[in-house]
This record gives sequence, C-alpha cells and structure tokens, in this order.
Amino acid sequence: MSSMRELYQEMIIDHSRSPRNHKKLDHPDLSARGHNPLCGDEIDLEVKRGEDGVLSEIGFEATACAICTASASILTETLKGKSEEDARAIFHRFHSTVTGEVEDPYPSELMKLEVFTGVKDYPSRVKCATLAWHTLIQALDENNGEASTE
Amino acid sequence: MNAGDPMSLNVHEIQKHFPGLNQQVHGHRLVYLDSAATTQKPVAVMEAVDSVYRQDCANVHRGVHTLSERATARFEGVRKVVAGFLGISDSREVIFTRGVTESMNLLANTLCHLDSGFQPGDEILISSLDHHANIVPWQLISEKMGTVLKVIPCDDAGELILSDLDQWISEKTRVVSVGHVSNAIGTVNDIDTIFAEARKVGAITILDAAQSAPHMSISPKEIDCDFLTFSGHKTYGPTGAGVLWGKKELLDRMPPWQGGGDMIRTVSFEESSFAETPWKFEAGTPDIAAVIGLGAALEFLDSMGRDKVCSHETRLLQKIESALKSMDGVNVVGEPSLRACCVSFTLDGVHPHDAATIMDQNGVAIRAGHHCAMPLMKRLGLPATIRASVGMHNDEADVEALLESVEAVREIFA
Repeated sequence: MSSMRELYQEMIIDHSRSPRNHKKLDHPDLSARGHNPLCGDEIDLEVKRGEDGVLSEIGFEATACAICTASASILTETLKGKSEEDARAIFHRFHSTVTGEVEDPYPSELMKLEVFTGVKDYPSRVKCATLAWHTLIQALDENNGEASTE
Repeated sequence: MNAGDPMSLNVHEIQKHFPGLNQQVHGHRLVYLDSAATTQKPVAVMEAVDSVYRQDCANVHRGVHTLSERATARFEGVRKVVAGFLGISDSREVIFTRGVTESMNLLANTLCHLDSGFQPGDEILISSLDHHANIVPWQLISEKMGTVLKVIPCDDAGELILSDLDQWISEKTRVVSVGHVSNAIGTVNDIDTIFAEARKVGAITILDAAQSAPHMSISPKEIDCDFLTFSGHKTYGPTGAGVLWGKKELLDRMPPWQGGGDMIRTVSFEESSFAETPWKFEAGTPDIAAVIGLGAALEFLDSMGRDKVCSHETRLLQKIESALKSMDGVNVVGEPSLRACCVSFTLDGVHPHDAATIMDQNGVAIRAGHHCAMPLMKRLGLPATIRASVGMHNDEADVEALLESVEAVREIFA
C-alpha cells in the first residue's frame, strides 16, 4: 500500500476534504466549466483580475474525486497573484510533470505541486489532476467556455 | 466449494477455463468483478476465434470455394445455437449485430417506418433504470419523427414504479423498450407487468437483455416480447458480435436499415431488392470470427447450466450486499427485491474514482462511474458509484478480496 500512500499524500487528502477557495466569486471576470466525461468529474472555475491584469482571485466549485478537488484547491493558491503568462507557464510545467515528460524537481515556489507527481504512474488519473488546470486555461482562452478532458 | 453437489457450480473447475484470471495485478491475485462491463473469455471462445483465422478465413455467403463454405456453415450454425439459447424454433429470427447498442439503433430506425410509421405525438416508453443504449437511439429518432419519449420512474429502492403504469402506457404508445436488469444497480425489472400493459394497447415490446443474458435463462416465448437483444461480449463472447431476436412476421414487414452487400438480392442503379429476413438486416461483411466465438460462448454458458450459474451468482451477490451493509460508512445503492449482475455502493467521504484506484492496487477490478446510466445517477443524487459485478467464475475468495480492498480504501482515507 505504500504506493497508494504516495499517491494519496496527506496534503491531497487535506485539500480534498477542505478545499481552499471552494466558493463562487462576486463578479468574476472570467469563468469556465470543466468536465471529464469518463468519470463525471465537474468543475466550475472563476477568476477575478486585478488592475494590473494578474489573477487576483480564483474560486471553484467541484463534484469530483480527491485528486481533482485537491488539484483545483492547490491551483487556486498557487496561481493567485500570478500574471496570465506565468499561469500558462506553470500549467505547462505542471502538465509535463504529471504526464512524466519532465522529471526535474519543481522550483521552490511551486513545491506544493510535487504531491501530484505520483499521478504519472496512473494514466487514467492524470486527467483528474489536470482538469482544473485545463479549465483555467479555457477561461483564459475563451471566457464562459467549456473544457473537456476528452 | 460444494464440488460434490450436482446442483452447485464447480467454480474451481470453471476458473480453469478463464486464462485471463490467472495473473497478478500490482502483486495481488486478479479479482475480476467487472463482468457487467465485459466478461473474461473462456478458452473455448478463443479457440473458436483462432480457428476461424487459422483454417476457415473466408468471407461468408459469397464463395463456392471450400473455405468460404466452411466459414458460412460455421457462421450460419451460430444462428441455430442462438435459437437454442433463446428457446425459439426459427433461427431466421436471429439477426447478428455488433451488440445491444447497434440493435437498438436498428430497431429505432426501422420501426419508425413500420406500416404507417411513427406519427408526431406518438410515444415511446423506456425506463429510468435504462443505460444509454436504450435512451439515445430513441431520443435521436424522436427528434426526427416528432415522437415523445416517456420514462417509467423509479423509487429510492431502485425499483420501477409500476402502480400507475396506465399513466405511461396509452393508445399513443408505439414502443415499450425496457432493460431486463439494471447495469448500474442490479435491479431485475418486473417486465411481465410492463409488457402485459404494453400488449393491451398494441405497443411493440423490446427487451434489452444485455445484463440478463449472462445471468439467467431468457426466452422470448416465456417473456412474451416482440424483440430481444443482448451483447456477445457480456456473455463470455468476443467483442463485436451481438444478437437481435425479433418475431419473423414483424421483421418481414420492417424495412432494411443499413444498405450494402449481403443484404440484397439484386442491385441495379435504378433499384435494389432485398434479401430475406434475417439477412436483409445484415449489411456488409459481418464480424465473422466474433459471431463464431459468440456461438462457442453460448454453448459454454449452456454447458455450465444456466440455472446453476444464476443461483451461484445470486448467492455471491447476497454475500457481497450483506457484508457491505454491515460495514460502517458503506452505503449500498438501491434495495431491489430481485437482484442480478451487480451491487453498487458508495463510501462516506471517498469519491468512487479514488476507491477504484486503491482497489485496483489490491488486484480488485471494479467499475467506478456513472455506468452509462447518467439519468439514473441523477435521480439517485449520485455523481458516481462503485460497482462490483459478478460472473460465473467468481467465488467466496473474490468476495473476501473485495471487502479487504474496501477496508484498504478506508485506511487511506481514515
């Protein structure tokens, strides 16, 4: 079971049980809905932009598994205050790590994302870890759009 | 394992027929509890398929050479095997399809033109326990023909509410198409009551036997329906072949569905005339090897004694259900008075997909999700469930392994 403990680390269990920023935002500037048709995970994500264009607040509501919920929760903390350009770069870094394409350790400010690295060994669960991130990119690309993992 | 009891299955012997079971998954013995998705295949099926390609690889119905005659004889022989399996006398009533989904699409697209055809406002009745294969084809045809899709509701126990069936079945009802056994929660539906009401108004009755064919005897004579369909791959056969049975006098009156080779008598550029039933419904080269494999699967299932298979599986399902109910934080979904195929459940504070990953890590293969029955999940207020479905090869040790894997999930999420 040690590999399961590695996949379901304390931080994932904690964020899935008490997700941060699990709320609707007042007057969001951007929003998108994410859906994983394979397992039915659903996520609604909203973003507020600050005057300088940074993502000043991110909120989400999800009916989803622990990995998906924890990933969304940690996303909202990680990308808060980041510029759109930085957010896209962090998405690419996260995506290439959970798919196993990149094995370098995260820079220290992104260390929290490390808890999802074990997902790369479970191909059917990679989509759970990335759904919130795809949804955020969808919101940036096309406000009010819908992201799908299929 | 009650090996000496002639009324009991010798499960240990049965397991030897399924080489796929004999493997380790993540260092554990594979415990396959996902037969409702697709069954493991017995050696007899693999050998039948293999021998088609090794010895009898030819197209059917179109060659005078020896291989084609052998392939045709084996392929057409399966029609008689299916007739025996269903307890019917005329094998021309057996149409080979790819499975239940294709059968339902065939029926929706041909019944809508039968006699005077569907008229706007005509009704089609399905049930809230049905899977997408018995929902979407009727939705698509209703969009085209202006028919209205009605749905028999279910109660919290996961049983169809049949007390006010006359509310759902009227002179407007043209088709009543209902699943025999719910693939999501295991309810065995009271189809006799539903079809009796349908017959009163002259509606066409269709039984979706996808989840009953592998578990119990099904005979259209006893059930008294107009059409019945099941998928080969859920009855220990290969993927790619299934069966649609229909009353010949109806099939004869129905137009063909797909056009192409094999389903014609003569073709000119002005018009074509069509082959007899059942061939007029089988356009193009079929999945010959899969059909022949299906024949081997049904013979295998019959040789085990379907009554014995049924009582063995029922006993296992009862064990699973009562054991799960005795565990804290485990919720069995639905409480049907008659159950076959599967037990569905949820765990407090654990999403079914997380459970499925951890159970797989223990070698236990179950399905987590909406089971292609999204309207039912919505009715039950659940995004997903964990489903353990049984086959003839499952035994008490598998039940134990299932329960242990549930404990392992709870440990991680404790």
